[in-house]
Amino acid sequence: MKTIFDKSVNNRRGYFSPSSDVGLTAEVPQQFKREDDCQWPELSELDVVRHFTQLSQLNFSIDTNFYPLGSCTMKYNPKFTEVAARMTGFSQLHPLLPQLKQGETLTQGALEVLYEMERLMAEMTGLDHFTMQPLAGAHGELTGVMMMAAYHKARGNKKKYVIVPDSSHGTNPATVSIAGYEIISIPSNEDGVMDIELLKEKVTDEVAGLMITSPNTHGLFNSQIDKISEIIHSVDGIMYYDGANLNAVLGRCRPGDVGFDVMHINTHKTFTTPHGGGGPGAGPVGVTKKLEPFLPISRIIKADDGSYRLSYDHPKSIGYIAPFYGNFSLLLRAYAYILLLGEEGLRAVSNHAVLNANYIKEQLKSVYDLPFDRLCMHECVFSAKNQAERNVHAIDIAKFLIDQKIHPPTVYFPLTVKESIMIEPTETESKQMIDVFIEAMKEADQLSKTQPEKFAEFPQTTPVSRPDEVKAARELNTNYFSKKS
Amino acid sequence: MLIPYIANTDHDVEEMLKVIGVNSIDDLFVDIQPHQVPKSFNLPKGLSEYDCLKRIEQLALKNSTALIPFIGGGYYDHYIPAAVSSIISRGEFYTAYTPYQPECSQGTLQALYEYQSAICTLTGMEVSNASLYDGGTAIYEAVMMAMRINKRKKIVMDGGLNPIYRKMLRSYTHNLSIDFQELPVAHGQSDRAHIKNVLDDKTSAIILQNPNFFGAIDDHSDIIAEAKKHGVLVIESVYPISLGLLKTPGEMGADIVTGEGQSLGLPLNFGGPYLGFMATRKQLVRKMPGRIIGKTTDKKGRDCFVNTLQAREQHIRREKATSNICTNVSLCALQSLVYMSLIGKQGFKELAQTNLNKAEFTRLELEKIEGVNVKRSAPTFNEFTVELPMDASLVVEAMIADGFAAGFPLGQYYQGMERYMIIAVTEKRSKKEILDYAQSLKSVLEKLSSSV
Amino acid sequence: MDVEADFLYTKEHEWINIDGNEATIGISEYAQSALGDITFIELPSADDEFDQFEQFASIESVKAASDIFLPMAGKILEVNTELEETPGLINKSCYEKGWMVKIQIAEMEESSNLLTAEEYTNYLRSVE
Repeated sequence: MKTIFDKSVNNRRGYFSPSSDVGLTAEVPQQFKREDDCQWPELSELDVVRHFTQLSQLNFSIDTNFYPLGSCTMKYNPKFTEVAARMTGFSQLHPLLPQLKQGETLTQGALEVLYEMERLMAEMTGLDHFTMQPLAGAHGELTGVMMMAAYHKARGNKKKYVIVPDSSHGTNPATVSIAGYEIISIPSNEDGVMDIELLKEKVTDEVAGLMITSPNTHGLFNSQIDKISEIIHSVDGIMYYDGANLNAVLGRCRPGDVGFDVMHINTHKTFTTPHGGGGPGAGPVGVTKKLEPFLPISRIIKADDGSYRLSYDHPKSIGYIAPFYGNFSLLLRAYAYILLLGEEGLRAVSNHAVLNANYIKEQLKSVYDLPFDRLCMHECVFSAKNQAERNVHAIDIAKFLIDQKIHPPTVYFPLTVKESIMIEPTETESKQMIDVFIEAMKEADQLSKTQPEKFAEFPQTTPVSRPDEVKAARELNTNYFSKKS
Repeated sequence: MLIPYIANTDHDVEEMLKVIGVNSIDDLFVDIQPHQVPKSFNLPKGLSEYDCLKRIEQLALKNSTALIPFIGGGYYDHYIPAAVSSIISRGEFYTAYTPYQPECSQGTLQALYEYQSAICTLTGMEVSNASLYDGGTAIYEAVMMAMRINKRKKIVMDGGLNPIYRKMLRSYTHNLSIDFQELPVAHGQSDRAHIKNVLDDKTSAIILQNPNFFGAIDDHSDIIAEAKKHGVLVIESVYPISLGLLKTPGEMGADIVTGEGQSLGLPLNFGGPYLGFMATRKQLVRKMPGRIIGKTTDKKGRDCFVNTLQAREQHIRREKATSNICTNVSLCALQSLVYMSLIGKQGFKELAQTNLNKAEFTRLELEKIEGVNVKRSAPTFNEFTVELPMDASLVVEAMIADGFAAGFPLGQYYQGMERYMIIAVTEKRSKKEILDYAQSLKSVLEKLSSSV
Repeated sequence: MDVEADFLYTKEHEWINIDGNEATIGISEYAQSALGDITFIELPSADDEFDQFEQFASIESVKAASDIFLPMAGKILEVNTELEETPGLINKSCYEKGWMVKIQIAEMEESSNLLTAEEYTNYLRSVE
């Protein structure tokens, strides 16, 4: 499709701002003015609306397609949360208002949402305190590891390493190194979970903590998780829970009860805030009492008279990590979702997510190699190694599914499984939809036996076929305006 | 199960359990040991959609959005055309994932390419990433990028940099050994002599802001030229709406440009989500953090778009990645792109001019009030500093009763500036609102000084 | 997998071809094939000096990024500037046109830390 800049027509207008009714024209001295005009496109409102509507139709999305993307939790985003987020009482609220003198009285509703979210999250996770500030999951990770570092500094601990399992998300090692620590990576055992004997060997006084996803990225719950906590705590290490997969154990196991000290939550996963094509997200972070003094400021407190206040006097705090109080409108959506579901609904989330995943695992394990043949949690990991012997790889199966109008599962992650295909159906999909997917996966396998050469042509039904990624990187074109220079 | 977002019926559940070979859903959770179950899970009972929205509405009513805002501080009350929210409400955009499968994500990918291009022409730079969390984290990422490029450890922050960003930068870099030099705060333009003094061959980058936090407009070309002599990179944080008129960082010669994109069509939303933008010179693109979308062709030679230079990102480089960020703020980037597309080339100039006119009118009206000292040491755009004859926070507090969010008092961030405040005037403020505002300020000052 | 007989190798898959006090350096067939289509290379400047096994360059392909280490300590005499425009040369001809740098060798004894072609071939078998 043509870009919006290609469609621009000189002097066409799509919007007029409120007129200047003050009867004067102010001038900026010449030396401070720009010389080249900003080349935003010139279009009518209809031109703009049609361009973007047509663009939207080139996308797969949850609203239009089954999206079993492992580890990403692409579940349905209820529409009423959008209504909540757009209420002008929230959307037009300036974040500096509560920082004015007596300004907190102007934002009691918003502060209450944040305070209530902290309490709800604490109850759901078994941790004591939360901050809503981190702007995404990875940002929450960074916040958590910064608190880990602040804790050790305050205690005079000399720490150098953070332990990360080899099946971890790529953000974990990236976060750890940005926070100034080095990585120790621990491989999984044949059951697909962290090898506790190997862990014992690697743990020394220099270990600052351990970051782990539970259930892990193989979709498996480590029954020895509290023993792992004991080992880490024995060297005054911090147990970090990557909450990416919290949706699998909601109401079944709380991180705080099995020894975790700090965790982040990806609201777009467990609490179904929209993914937005890659953000924005929100990444609340929870801690136990021992890390509480290090939480970012400002904090939200409830005064004796029941009013909500911002509080800054926390000398051990790691400081400011967001401009204000977090990605409020996403937190508000998550809050609305939690209120609607309630206790029973939240338990049902994990129940049906795990049921759907195990159903897929059972139906496909005769066709695809299943490296860890045991009950899984909310997602299951297959390997396309049998198909790969016929020269049909995980990526080819992914492209086949696109032509079946199904978004592919995650492929080539986790890195610990060759030709991995990671499937997460989520609780919002029905058995009937899942059956369609299972049939498509079986068909792909069948085709890999009869006509493996056909896979190179997939997908055929999309507006474009496989892009030339080498050309994209070698002949870098990231800006419409630079291509002509 | 009375939850509208779970589809399986009891019958479905039964059939699925049979296939799995277990008797109940509880049997699926046997890996969780009896002693590992929750010690408590006391959450409220669920609500119907109607009751839930009613509860949220009640909370919304406890917030005061009726105040007429003259408050900015980097976050502004601009009008957002209706088409913006209509487009980003399309499920095909907001319920899509990160575009890892390009064939079924061309909508998001092309939009992000267009966004990058719109940011480049806005800032006068050559390459932009597909967005970062917000203007503050963008500065932190820019600092890390600069240190990767020239492997130096000293960072100079100009006194005009938004104090919110400064505080964030301090927190993030606490565990890294960085030599920070904060230049003294002044409400005028950057202090050339002082900057010249501190820039040296050990300096990695200097961070400038235009217009600065106090509203002063500057042309940093000379500072940038000076920085280049020492191999110092220049990070320029900008307020996008001002670039409808003002000299771009590209024209000044900046190396890395960042900014808060909230004013490009994003509601204030009590602090987020916002939009961090970042652009740089082509030469430095491989050191830039964040996702980047490139144009290429498919197998049949058709134009298409794809995530490119992914080797810099965390999912490939893991601990060696340029940043731990694994996503951008796609939907906010799209939101700003729709806004920029509606405003258009001519509309942008007019919008910026209207902001300037209304702010200037306000300055002239306020200068008529006894005791109000409007700072004129530098030209300004749509925000400016005034000095009052008393603590500004008391004045702002008193003006709430008249229906105004009158400005942001500076005492909270700067010791000794208790009598100062910054006032922002966007295109939304009418002449009448401005005159009423001036009247309110005048009477509040009179009342407060007589009671002292 | 093609291994050039007269060269020495590292376990990180760099090769070095020693000629008197000078040497030419690149990456092996195994490395280029594992990386896939190479899209970018960052090379050092002439006169830069590196220790043995110190990182001197980095390579990017579409799906991977890799640091390249100098097999023996030395001073850079020449870099293959053609690679900056056409990094795909490494894929096409990793032992000839795809060479990366020429160096002045600092410590000749360091060659004993490297693998011969035969040892490297055996090593490749063991990692596969």
